[in-house]
Amino acid sequence: MQVIKYRKIFYIFSAIIIAVSLYGIFAYGLNLGIDFKGGTLIEAESVSPPNMQKINESLTQQNIGSFSVRPTGERGVIVRTRELSSEELKSVGEIFTANQKGIIKRADTVGPILGEELTKKALWSIVWVIVAIVLFITFTFHKVSKPVSSWKYGAVAIVALLHDIIVPAGVFAYLGYFHGVEIDALFVTALLVVLGFSVHDTIVVFDRTRENLGKNNSAKISKDFETIVGESVSQTFTRSINTSLTTLIALAVLYFAGPASTQNFALVLLIGITAGTYSSIFIGSPLLVTLEKFQNRKSK
Amino acid sequence: MANSRFTAVFLLALAFFGGFFVYSSEKGTESALGNFPFKYGLDLNGGTHLVYQADTSKVASGEVNGAMNALRDTIENRINVFGVSEPLVQVEEANIGGQTVEKLIVELPGVTDTEKAIDIIGQTPILEFKLLRPAATSTVVASSTITATADELFEDTGLTGRFLSRADLEFDPNTGAPSVLLTFNNEGKDLFAVITKENIGRMLAIFLDGRPLSTPVIREEIPDGKAQITGTFTPDEAKKLVQSLNYGALPLPISLLGSQTIGASLGEGALSASVYAGVLSFIIISIFLILWYRLPGVVAVFALAIYTVLNLAIFKLVPVTLTSAGLAAFILSIGMAVDANILIFERMKEELRRGLPLNDAIKEGFHRAWLSIRDSNLSSIITAIILYYFATSALIKGFAFVFFIGVVTSMFTAITVSRTLLIALGVKGENKFIKFIFGNGIGNK
Repeated sequence: MQVIKYRKIFYIFSAIIIAVSLYGIFAYGLNLGIDFKGGTLIEAESVSPPNMQKINESLTQQNIGSFSVRPTGERGVIVRTRELSSEELKSVGEIFTANQKGIIKRADTVGPILGEELTKKALWSIVWVIVAIVLFITFTFHKVSKPVSSWKYGAVAIVALLHDIIVPAGVFAYLGYFHGVEIDALFVTALLVVLGFSVHDTIVVFDRTRENLGKNNSAKISKDFETIVGESVSQTFTRSINTSLTTLIALAVLYFAGPASTQNFALVLLIGITAGTYSSIFIGSPLLVTLEKFQNRKSK
Repeated sequence: MANSRFTAVFLLALAFFGGFFVYSSEKGTESALGNFPFKYGLDLNGGTHLVYQADTSKVASGEVNGAMNALRDTIENRINVFGVSEPLVQVEEANIGGQTVEKLIVELPGVTDTEKAIDIIGQTPILEFKLLRPAATSTVVASSTITATADELFEDTGLTGRFLSRADLEFDPNTGAPSVLLTFNNEGKDLFAVITKENIGRMLAIFLDGRPLSTPVIREEIPDGKAQITGTFTPDEAKKLVQSLNYGALPLPISLLGSQTIGASLGEGALSASVYAGVLSFIIISIFLILWYRLPGVVAVFALAIYTVLNLAIFKLVPVTLTSAGLAAFILSIGMAVDANILIFERMKEELRRGLPLNDAIKEGFHRAWLSIRDSNLSSIITAIILYYFATSALIKGFAFVFFIGVVTSMFTAITVSRTLLIALGVKGENKFIKFIFGNGIGNK
């Protein structure tokens, strides 16, 4: 299969994407929303397009420190401030609801303790998902030890997983910097789903390699590892593309037609699953071959 | 094959019944199948979500759970008094920065006035007993209403609602006028006895939240710790007073950590957009499956329809509280549920190419794809479980739960439903047409 033969080209392509993503993450950071940082977010909608200048003036009079106002949709605004008390929230809300001119669509307040809890749990859940997946892969492939030992399947899966979460995180670092897109709790959820999906994809290819290795042994044919992996990739190629395609269809529909609250969520998944499909075909299995070659060179 | 035909008919009947159940149980109580409407979370229904931290620093560590449960009961009662339908009050323990934080989570569907909601929960009626200052007696008698500030006219006795063990609603057997009977605890009983003994003839006013409620005059010592408030209140007011006195003081002080209010219109919009997205993605995926996989594709669409019905029925029966994230998980799972079918069909195609007869190819396809399906779905199940465990909000818990149900049922439908239907079709022969409808992709390899 060409994929294995030209693996270096795919490595380089991925390396560039990863470098650009990491640059975004380290240069701009992730634009954390109130879920993590704490604060208050109010979304209001009025009967006519909002007068931003007037809103800014009224908010300044409220004495609530620094704030940001962004228009959303045709008649809506989103206001972000520090954490407001219920009285402050009420009086800020009245700016928009006075004279029945508008309604408060939602108001979220997150205190520092909740933000800290979410941050901590989010990091832990990512760690645990990665650990659990590696253990799972190592266990599932424990019977496959030649020519590449089973923990290496796990290690390769990790590389693929990191690839798949760095890319969407990088895209959101740029989106955050240039378009003010914020990272919320659902973003982390989406990353975890990407992890699950990506490994799902990688496993199907590995599983084929496992099967073909077994066949190879029992038939006493000695194809080399590179050929077997290459065959496995090409055998599962259509399936990988088609499965991802149906999932991407569902996500694209969710992104374009679904509710605003899950739009960014769908976008993370769209990017992550695309990256995941790419990595399971063009990174995961080729890396197994690279590892095997490296091993051989060392033993020689 | 006769067997699988029977199973296929059974599955289709079950799916039809399931669809009927999902549809009819939504309308109302008239359905023979009972009333199981979908349950929607606050983000789809509108409402207020509040998170409090309880201060347990003064409670012995062994008694924290008991105190938290008492707190939950108190808050639950308080909310019920104010007539919010289907509120949710739960306690949760979180470990933040090495410290244990006891959280109290309150969900109030339909309540969009955050300030009012916070008032309802945080309201602690303060009941006080105050003696009229001797110097003020004439003022009160003269004006017969109390206009001066309470502190100028009354002195504190130290007797408050804290010493109350219970309050009861009573009606005068003759006039039917409502009155409230207060029963003090032991400490309060002694204090009340002393106050009444030493101040016979003076007015002992009862204040609720600084407002005089009743202004009885002490006629004799009351040693049994029972006091009756007769005021000019309606039976409803008296009832509310009794309730708020009984559920008066919170067992633990609480402070607000965060709040979330979602307007009904936003929720409605999110719900209809989710449903639209779900239907649309189902249609597009079905078209893709049929165009690419032809006859097996049609079978996969049936399996997907059964999958959808099965999931919706589970959502109703459990019941699963659906949030926008949960619906997103469901839509995502529709896309992913096809995966097992695709694995099987691709495998089947390979077996056909190897020259196996059709029926054997179908069986081999299912058999060989199973390991991949099992292993790959297990990784999603692991993700869902970890996600559920670490979820900090109902939104994410909802996502994880729906995702989990989706993955598990998709394994079932792909293996059982697709397989049964495909075998039950009982297509035989090797002619061009058969090869075409079982072939796939563009062209006919």
